[in-house]
Amino acid sequence: MAFRKDLLLISSWIKPNTKVLDLGCGNGELLKILKQDKNISGYGIDNDIKNIKLSLKNNVNVLQMDLDKGLNGFELESFDYVVLAQSLQVIKNPKELLNQMLRIGKEVIISFPNMGHWSSRIQLLTCGVMPVTGNLPYAWHDTPNIHLCTIKDFLKFCKDNNFEILEHSITDNNQKTNSLTKMMPNLFGQIATFRIK
Amino acid sequence: MDENSIGYVKPTIVTIKNPLKLLSGRVLSQYNLIYETYGSLNKDRSNAVLICHALSGNHHVAGYYEGEEKPGWWNNMIGPSKPIDTNKLFVVCLNNLGGCHGSTGPISVNPETNKIYGSDFPIITVSDWVTSQKELMNYLDIPFWKFVIGGSLGGMQALQWSFQYPELINNCIAIAAAPKLTAQNIAFNEIARQAIMKDPSWHDGNYLDKGVSPNQGLALARMLGHITYLSDESMREKFGRDLKTPKLNFNYDVEFQIESYLKYQGEKFVTGFDANTYMLMTKSLDYFDPVKDMSQSLINNLQKSKSKFLIISFTSDWRFPPKRSKEIVKLLLDNKRNVSYSEISADGGHDAFLMGNHDYFDIMRSFILESNNGI
Repeated sequence: MAFRKDLLLISSWIKPNTKVLDLGCGNGELLKILKQDKNISGYGIDNDIKNIKLSLKNNVNVLQMDLDKGLNGFELESFDYVVLAQSLQVIKNPKELLNQMLRIGKEVIISFPNMGHWSSRIQLLTCGVMPVTGNLPYAWHDTPNIHLCTIKDFLKFCKDNNFEILEHSITDNNQKTNSLTKMMPNLFGQIATFRIK
Repeated sequence: MDENSIGYVKPTIVTIKNPLKLLSGRVLSQYNLIYETYGSLNKDRSNAVLICHALSGNHHVAGYYEGEEKPGWWNNMIGPSKPIDTNKLFVVCLNNLGGCHGSTGPISVNPETNKIYGSDFPIITVSDWVTSQKELMNYLDIPFWKFVIGGSLGGMQALQWSFQYPELINNCIAIAAAPKLTAQNIAFNEIARQAIMKDPSWHDGNYLDKGVSPNQGLALARMLGHITYLSDESMREKFGRDLKTPKLNFNYDVEFQIESYLKYQGEKFVTGFDANTYMLMTKSLDYFDPVKDMSQSLINNLQKSKSKFLIISFTSDWRFPPKRSKEIVKLLLDNKRNVSYSEISADGGHDAFLMGNHDYFDIMRSFILESNNGI
């Protein structure tokens, strides 16, 4: 199975020999590679039994839990990093979860699909329909994505909540940057990744 | 016989002559343990698995006895190509001390007095069981357990292993277990014990001397227990309000199917189980509280443990519901252990741990396969 490109960026931000909690860990591939390459210890959390099985097959510690029920079981600053890759948009209460992530982790790494990308804007503007894109392939009525945001929205969210942005990366779906994503990230960026504390 | 069965099996009895000092302070100078093994121990003796049984279980976990149609109690889980794969693993299971299926217990003769122990048999705790299981391990010359696995009270023993002998266990799987009993759990156990002790044939536990057994009380205890093993959903689905009789009779005979079922379960149980063993097992459950008992040395032990843990719960289990398993997970997380947790959607209640369930078996298989690759 090919490694998800957005996870390469995240793994490059994580220092060796640290503790990581990966929320919405999917098949556990991020932790698997971090364990192999950087001697990371940690846990994945997912609520889909299929992903629990896959993570176990990847020899990753995985906990079947519902992120919407919070992270109360974890102690203050028990992880160096708490990661939420491409799952912010499915969380019922993103602000509450972010606060919890910052409580139990020294730093938080978060990535999400940018709803401000021109392809989303143009569908709404010209066709008058809810955008359906490669990153967000669901129709409005059966989507798990209930809290979509743009990069601009997220920046404001961080400011309003006093989250300090340590590092960020705005790329296209292939994790590439170009002059357009640099010049107008909210219009041309497809994936946004932030490291905050 | 099912396709992937390990076939016919036979138990073995070993006499342990190393005196066992029990948590209660009493000492068993010697005792028998009856056990079965499946599969074979590999050359470097690194593929041994201990299966711990629950309240009414025993050493006959898988395979068939000659002339019997019913296989061991976890036959669906253990065998060639099953989640606990006997092609690769050497599986050991014993009847716990205090049991009534061949290991020394209340129905055995006390070698010091030449009389049946009866109520004089000491109360055995989970920690005592683990100590006696360690004796069997030594006897079989097994250097460490690749896995210790158990459901319910068996899961508690698996956890106890990781506290008590952390260096001797590589992987611990605790299914439908709890870190300790709640007041409600203890209350159910106490009613079961009262049912037994109120039976006119109880004779303070020395009923065998009189040639009788408190079967009414034991059956009642089992009926009560059985309700807590099933879920509301599974009882509704299986029995609903179906009648055994064509119409209501306006008397107190068995009328509903559920009444008939419980009566049958109770009557069946007493033919193969001893009341003193039931008393002892429920007490052992009540006493289990390793976190409270945990001296700093036990905490240190746990932190020393290299064991990986898999904790499994079932959504409809109300005896030891998922939140109890999550307490175990939290204990392990707080001590920075390698732990995985899965909550299986199942209607079967507490007994779901004994039933075939695709997700449950897949989770077991994935964990065991991956953890076993390191042999």
